[in-house]
Amino acid sequence: MPINYILPEFEVERNDYRCIRCRVCERQCANGVHSYDPDGDIMLSDETKCVDCQRCVCLCPTHALKIKKNDAALRTNANWKQNTILEIYKQANTGGVLLSSMGNPEPFPVYWDKILINASQVTNPSIDPLREPMETRVFLGKKPHEITRDENGNINTELPPQVELQIPVMFSAMSYGSISYNAHKSLATAAEELGICYNTGEGGLHEDFYQYGKNTIVQVASGRFGVYKDYLEAGAAIEIKMGQGAKPGIGGHLPGTKVGADVSKTRMIPEGSDAISPAPHHDIYSIEDLRQLVFSLKEATDYKKPVIVKVAAVHNIAAIASGIARSGADIIAIDGFRGGTGAAPTRIRDNVGIPIELALAAVDKRLRDEGIRQNVSLVVGGSVRSASDVIKAIALGADACYIATSALLALGCHLCRTCQSGKCNWGIATQDPELVKRLNPETGKERLVNLLTAWKHEIKEMMGLMGINSIEALRGNRLMLRGVGLNEKELEILGISHAGE
Amino acid sequence: MKRVYVNEEWCLGCHLCEYNCAFSNSGIKDMVKALKGKKITPRIHVEDDGKIHYAVSCRHCEDPLCIKGCISGALSKDENGVVAIDHDKCVGCLTCMLLCPYGSITTDENETVLKCELCMQNGGIPACVQGCPNRAIVFEEVEE
Repeated sequence: MPINYILPEFEVERNDYRCIRCRVCERQCANGVHSYDPDGDIMLSDETKCVDCQRCVCLCPTHALKIKKNDAALRTNANWKQNTILEIYKQANTGGVLLSSMGNPEPFPVYWDKILINASQVTNPSIDPLREPMETRVFLGKKPHEITRDENGNINTELPPQVELQIPVMFSAMSYGSISYNAHKSLATAAEELGICYNTGEGGLHEDFYQYGKNTIVQVASGRFGVYKDYLEAGAAIEIKMGQGAKPGIGGHLPGTKVGADVSKTRMIPEGSDAISPAPHHDIYSIEDLRQLVFSLKEATDYKKPVIVKVAAVHNIAAIASGIARSGADIIAIDGFRGGTGAAPTRIRDNVGIPIELALAAVDKRLRDEGIRQNVSLVVGGSVRSASDVIKAIALGADACYIATSALLALGCHLCRTCQSGKCNWGIATQDPELVKRLNPETGKERLVNLLTAWKHEIKEMMGLMGINSIEALRGNRLMLRGVGLNEKELEILGISHAGE
Repeated sequence: MKRVYVNEEWCLGCHLCEYNCAFSNSGIKDMVKALKGKKITPRIHVEDDGKIHYAVSCRHCEDPLCIKGCISGALSKDENGVVAIDHDKCVGCLTCMLLCPYGSITTDENETVLKCELCMQNGGIPACVQGCPNRAIVFEEVEE
């Protein structure tokens, strides 16, 4: 065998006093890191296979295991960092495009962490959400420009179709195929209990999940997988996916090995065939073309469903959003460059797109300047990590947030970022029945409901301390935000003042 | 009565229930001290065959064959329906082991029989149920 230049990234540290040889680690590692040698009665580890998913660590009953970053190091070089060198080795080994999963892990600025929230003191009262009503419900969709009344004073404005959410958070698109049946079931059942929506992604809707239709956003992407009339009619809204934050400008590729009987039926493609989503929609080359698809979908569903257009946050996002708002779409979803993925070329994930905070601020401002902000609702995603990120997003102008990485973390994901291998030890990003069963959807649902119930409490507390009692009153209320450590240009784009101003 | 039920759909075959059972019944406070270097004799065991796994423990039958066959009166059903073993009376003839249709009775080096007593002496919720990472083992009342 030729020399393998790759250093193992992780080290398995086993406390041999604590290890009772129960072999749970061995049975639970789909990567085959652990093994037992009966001759010596010892546990062995092959750390070259370890992806640091922490499954063994979490299941070890005596806490005998630790996975550590391997400190074996190449000579330090500020230009040729170790990872850069290892990537060169990998490509020299395989000749392939480097693949990665989940969101951009590179140290780009996280603007959420440089924005602080205001609170009421002395001259304006804060509100105690435990004693006073606090509205977290939002409606997504086109809003009328004015409200008119008939001679009896009744409102006679016809409201375009809306999506009602009990909290301004939805689970963003993850296809059945990229994630497992049990992960989808957890998301669907949790969305139903929480009164929010989850999103099918571009993989179609499994027949078992049509019953959660009122909490489902059905996606129409460039591959058109699983799209037919019943599918469009099943959802609370229809989303046209133009782009994804993790890989703007390119399509998707679900390898044939993951297209088993169920996925094949759901996607309406032959079993074992690669599911390839083209980079562009082959029928969309302009806003006018987009308008045609928006109205085709509206026509197909009798104008009863709002249509979402999802785009990745890229350089001219404000102009793009302005076009979308004029295309007849009811909702614009923008996915920032830190958004996750089940597989993307590493170079694209780590170098393409822009931060969602800047994109959101720019889009909201542009739409308001043009007087068309009420034509659309704005949903943002791409690493919304906590209730405070949600609050900041709303104050910057969002109507709601999309979360996916946070949701997967709640389901047990440990962000090992190797979804593309299909060997997810947590039963999430896999189609292997042995691994899929590791995620009991009953537990999954409970954990998702817990997460968002906690966020809801926090959202209410934070609105209360600002003296605000509804999401409506917080939306676009940038006076509630201050920047720290941001330069003039960043503050200008975010439309906020610096702390102390 | 509340019994231990196993849902094969969620059983991962991790065998943690066996270790939690052995630890819980060891009377020792530290798992490492209790199980390190020992051959465990759990009262629940996981049947594995390729991709099928499920844990089996005493069913606490309505009309238990083990009690019928016990030659020393060591096995009995208490007022809650739990089939229990009196180690002072057990003579280690292992007739019950032969009779149990589920293979749920075992023995250790003390040569008396061991069986699941639903952790009655260990605080109520069976250790196998508490430690199951995927809720495959549950402790509940099911209408017959």
